[in-house]
Amino acid sequence: MDHLGFISAVYLTTFGVIIGLVAKTLKQGRDLASKVADKDKPWT
Amino acid sequence: MTSVSSTTTQTFTAKVATPTTRLVGAMAIVSLAWVVMGGLFITPKDVDQGDAVRIMYVHVPTAWVAYLAFIVTAIASACWLLSRKHAMGFDRVAGASAEVGVIFMAMTLLSGSLWGRITWGSYWAWDPRLTTTSFLLVTYIGYLAVRGLGGSLEQRARRSAVIALLAVLEIPLVHFSVLMWRSLHQEASVLSGDGDIKMDGSMLTTLLVGVIGFTCTFVWLVMHRQRVLAMQDAMQSSQLDAALRERADESTTINTNKSNELI
Repeated sequence: MDHLGFISAVYLTTFGVIIGLVAKTLKQGRDLASKVADKDKPWT
Repeated sequence: MTSVSSTTTQTFTAKVATPTTRLVGAMAIVSLAWVVMGGLFITPKDVDQGDAVRIMYVHVPTAWVAYLAFIVTAIASACWLLSRKHAMGFDRVAGASAEVGVIFMAMTLLSGSLWGRITWGSYWAWDPRLTTTSFLLVTYIGYLAVRGLGGSLEQRARRSAVIALLAVLEIPLVHFSVLMWRSLHQEASVLSGDGDIKMDGSMLTTLLVGVIGFTCTFVWLVMHRQRVLAMQDAMQSSQLDAALRERADESTTINTNKSNELI
């Protein structure tokens, strides 16, 4: 494959950022959910 | 998921996901796995661009999600301004969508820059599309900065809603910049207006699956982020209530002491 470095950099950066964002969001959500009462969480 | 029982009647469930977010998340994982496999291994090379076209399967969907995110921010902001009750849920969706949009816009610029290095021989050019896109990114970073300023939740919602409604006007400028000015950036391949799509079937399928997959990722992120924002707002309100109660208690104690001294 030509330009493998550029193509893999695009895929690794994009999916790496998405995975990092998902992990951060999940961790932040779980940490806060254990401190906030269920009455303030309409989805529970 | 773990549950923690408090000594009071309040319950604290460490749960943020729901069946809907799990379904959307699963759809995103399957679609994005298809994009990686299809984009890197299954789809053919482009006649003109060769393997560099594989960047398109990531670049176009991230740009689409960034536009979508900023439009959702504007719609949610308008709903907040127009609704009688000023439901804070609209403001939180606007904020969550802008956060995700900024990240996707930055990823679009990065992937476009790498693609430009291959096809144009340069990472950056002050081209109309690139310049207006950068301007859009900076505008929404400013929007997020304004959301972070102090004040009540209502003040935050009002000032950020006004900015969101002004900022969204930049999107047509970005989208049509390649038509209005001479641009290095190519015009739209799929949504060209004449209905003629000059693209191989597997390439088009992978691109469309990419758009679906990244859109599902956006929906999942916004749903979770707005729940995180809801919990942050609830904590902020409860901390403020506690501080006010403490101040009231202090005031009562001082008054009682003064009364005792007078007696």
